[in-house]
Amino acid sequence: MEHIRTTKVEQVKLLDRFSTSNKSLTGTLYLTATHLLFIDSHQKETWILHHHIALVEKLALTTSGCPLVIQCKNFRIVHFIVPRERDCHDIYNSLLQLSKQAKYEDLYAFSYNPKQNDSERLRGWQLVDLAEEYKRMGLPNSNWQLSDANRDYKICETYPRELYVPRIASKPIIVGSSKFRSKGRFPVLSYYHQNKEAAICRCSQPLSGFSARCLEDEHLLQAISKANPANRYMYVMDTRPRLNAMANRAAGKGYENEDNYSNIRFQFVGIENIHVMRSSLQKLLEVSGTKGLSVSDFYSGLESAGWLRHIKAVTDAAIFLARAIMVENASVLVHCSDGWDRTSQVCSLGSLLLDPYYRTIRGFMIHEHIHSCQFGNFIGNCQKEREELKLKEKTYSLWPFLLHDQKKYFNPLYSSTSQKLAVLEPNTVSFNFKFWRNMYHQFDRTLHPRQSVFNIIMNMNEQNKQLQKDVKDLESQIKQHKNKQTDGVLTKELLNSVRPESPALKTSLCLKEQTLLPVKDALRTVEGSSPADNRYSEYADEFSKAEPAVVSSEYGVARMTC
Amino acid sequence: MEFAELIKTPRVDNVVLHRPFFPAVEGTLCLTGHHLILSSRQDNTEELWLLHSNIDAIDKRFVGPLGTIIIKCKDFRIIQLDIPGMEECLNIASSIEALSTLDSITLMYPFFYRPMFEVIEDGWHSFLPEQEFELYSSATSEWRLSYVNKEFAVCPSYPPIVIVPNAIDDEALRKVATFRHGGRFPVLSYYHKKNGMVIMRSGQPLTGTNGRRCREDEKLVNATLRAGKRGYIIDTRPLNSAQQARARGGGFEQEAHYPQWRRIHKSIERYHILQESLIKLVEACNDQTHNMDRWLSRLEASNWLTHIKEILTTACLAAQCLDREGASILIHGTEGTDSTLQVTSLAQIILEPRSRTIQGFEALIEREWLQAGHPFQQRCAQSAYCNSKQKWESPVFLLFLDCVWQILRQFPCSFEFNENLLIMLFEHAYASQFGTFLGNNESERCKLKLQQKTMSLWSWVNRPSELSKFTNPLFEANNLVIWPSVAPQSLQLWEGIFLRWNRSSKYLDEAYEEMVNIIEYNKELQAKVNILRRQLAELETEDGMQESP
Repeated sequence: MEHIRTTKVEQVKLLDRFSTSNKSLTGTLYLTATHLLFIDSHQKETWILHHHIALVEKLALTTSGCPLVIQCKNFRIVHFIVPRERDCHDIYNSLLQLSKQAKYEDLYAFSYNPKQNDSERLRGWQLVDLAEEYKRMGLPNSNWQLSDANRDYKICETYPRELYVPRIASKPIIVGSSKFRSKGRFPVLSYYHQNKEAAICRCSQPLSGFSARCLEDEHLLQAISKANPANRYMYVMDTRPRLNAMANRAAGKGYENEDNYSNIRFQFVGIENIHVMRSSLQKLLEVSGTKGLSVSDFYSGLESAGWLRHIKAVTDAAIFLARAIMVENASVLVHCSDGWDRTSQVCSLGSLLLDPYYRTIRGFMIHEHIHSCQFGNFIGNCQKEREELKLKEKTYSLWPFLLHDQKKYFNPLYSSTSQKLAVLEPNTVSFNFKFWRNMYHQFDRTLHPRQSVFNIIMNMNEQNKQLQKDVKDLESQIKQHKNKQTDGVLTKELLNSVRPESPALKTSLCLKEQTLLPVKDALRTVEGSSPADNRYSEYADEFSKAEPAVVSSEYGVARMTC
Repeated sequence: MEFAELIKTPRVDNVVLHRPFFPAVEGTLCLTGHHLILSSRQDNTEELWLLHSNIDAIDKRFVGPLGTIIIKCKDFRIIQLDIPGMEECLNIASSIEALSTLDSITLMYPFFYRPMFEVIEDGWHSFLPEQEFELYSSATSEWRLSYVNKEFAVCPSYPPIVIVPNAIDDEALRKVATFRHGGRFPVLSYYHKKNGMVIMRSGQPLTGTNGRRCREDEKLVNATLRAGKRGYIIDTRPLNSAQQARARGGGFEQEAHYPQWRRIHKSIERYHILQESLIKLVEACNDQTHNMDRWLSRLEASNWLTHIKEILTTACLAAQCLDREGASILIHGTEGTDSTLQVTSLAQIILEPRSRTIQGFEALIEREWLQAGHPFQQRCAQSAYCNSKQKWESPVFLLFLDCVWQILRQFPCSFEFNENLLIMLFEHAYASQFGTFLGNNESERCKLKLQQKTMSLWSWVNRPSELSKFTNPLFEANNLVIWPSVAPQSLQLWEGIFLRWNRSSKYLDEAYEEMVNIIEYNKELQAKVNILRRQLAELETEDGMQESP
């Protein structure tokens, strides 16, 4: 709390990000230890977690106040105007301090308390059990086994304790290989395809320089190759552009020399590194955040940002990987430089294409909150660090929250039976890649369709389940009544002869059919669509201002200029 | 002329047909006066049944004695025929060329087509101007039907019946017609029941360089505004184009003479600029080898989505003036037959829930495009593969359909029809067995006696079996004005048209089917629950009666 000087500022304006006429909402800004909160005059709340903040900027003072622009990691961008510069300055300084990730322990995840008891918390952490996952893949088996080589993080700090390696790879081979790989990240199993007996393995680049070689490393690759009885050769995919890989040789790193390794097929796939990706995303957000953006600028910006090019490159690499396994029955070893960015992208996307299990919610455990610091899952850089932080005792796992909320994430069109289509092979012709508006503009309501087919179908699906239950209930109630009536049938006939037309019966028949769908109707109504949101013209503002008197004077001006 | 003269080789065996997404198939190729047919004679089906009028361009190639004809269709599909024998191939190619570019309209297929279906309602009489006017006449007496153009003498591109201000007589209309391009005097396009404001359309005023005036025109335009009301004249051309038009006798309204009106200039492109845009876009979509940068840069260079944005923005502006500012609108460009109609019809889609139903949309096409005199014959003579440099062709109607699709995508529950209806209209505007899109205006259609000699497209569409294909399962009528987003991020390439032949939609179709299943099942369950509830209520009352005595 020592960073917070001002906790509340009134009469703050929240600008419409895309409005060329500086449309805004006025409200009150609150600063708490964990969040920035804006409540506008309609009592609508905007919450921003400090650790979501990527960038805070204080712009030059204007006549209406001091502009404060906050960019978040989840692509929210808010533009405040604070009436007094002094308040703005206080908030700015507080946010600078609060958004800094100085120590892991300061993160919200460590103070977040969702009211779970210890056993619930433990269960949450156990939801994703890697040992179970290997079992599902059919491991260990006669070719692959769990290695205890890294039990104490001695060989590789950034690897987990449990690693699967070929059964025939002895510990000295593993140790030898790890010494020949960047950061000690020797080849280990990432995914095992049970039917094909082929494996996806991952590692970092070899320290080959221009001519160095390592017999243990060569043996380890051979062992991986031999662990696949269906194919004699294996692929080594270097996910970097060839030039980058070659440049690394000068630093004593590099890539595998095909002549030194028996039966490998070496392949570059040309995915750019994190620095290129980061500036590409930055450029993309710059373009898509431009006020009064023209179609032409949008597409040339999309092109020069290169973002879709990177998406396509990663997808193409994943398809190459999946095809190597499905079509050629070959195992694949994937690496880049350190083997934790591009390699992770390609291995995980590749197994998603290969294995329908990863396309279920439990299988995927989608990390929508990848930047969230509310949960402990994405804190720290590797298992060792996470253990040292005692995340399992001090924070909560994200997964039980996702599972509890999984209705929100269900695809209503998903059909597990159509998984005959076990392996996906997306078409990567350029025109199939599109700007992901729902992600990069998730907070820009006006840019999205005003009615969501997806939400309607999702709710309908839920409603169908309820209706099925209703049908069952009603049927059993009717059955009960009928049973009761056959007992009293004589009385009934007597009654009917006296009163053939019962007024009570009549009214019951006229019962208005109940409206079943309040949810659906609400969803179908057109949400918040207004011409003012859409900036059709610069005239819009004149229109709204113009009283007849003002208009006639404007006519005068127009006449003079004509 | 006999078609036989144009067909030297009516039949070739062992022709191989290559189509997108289908395996090559060998069969017999037959040429008739209006069709190109290929059948492998298996299952009694024809693999290819193509109207000559759907052919936009052909290429020939020879490798030894094997000839290849590449046929590029107006719906953007490209197919390939491998024909053994050079002579046969040359004959077929020259026949196709001749038959696909027949000069005389009366030789076209609609005049020969005999429908195989039962006509429930004759589409030629489905949308009569009198009926359309009845929708308004209950709400206002300020407008009337005028038969001044009965003989097409006042305005050749107008229908015989138009809606005009009650206060203006036919004599004045004749005078106004001489002051407006093509005789297109201002007529009512849309009446906004909510506030009584209107959209009118016309041709440009013929002010010329010396600022000619027409009292009747000023009276007509001013008569549509009640005292104290304002109006906006939306000129679809930028100011400098409108100024240049004066040199050619055209021009724009001087605000001094129309004191309640203010003029706004927008810039919607026309003619060959749109045609070139279409050619570039289709070219880009057809090349699957593009890397990402090349694809994005060609998509951008085509400018197609820029045109979409411009048209939509103008339509939204018009709708905004009407609905939010309570002002009436007069829209024109130069002739008032292209961009004008795009704007008037899209504004109605935005404002008027009826135009988002199937019937209402058909009525809109009939009223704002066919009867309003959009020159379909000229605009749709050639499509994206044309290399003739004629200046009449222009995908004005396709752009309109694309804009409707963009709105449909943003409001997927507000339209009774689905994308298929839009695609179907596009196809029939360019090549059809029906007479609906023949001719450039009502006058020409009348002379061609289309009503007597051809079948209306609406006769075919408005049968339950066809309608089911065009119905949007998500539709739920809403009476709201729908304001689409025109941000570049919200506009998309219409894949159903432009990528239709370039990628398989199998998985997307499956997903759509699954969606329809969920909706159908929902309806079924709801009906069932209602029946059961009623049954139960009945039983409960009976029980109550048994117990009551």
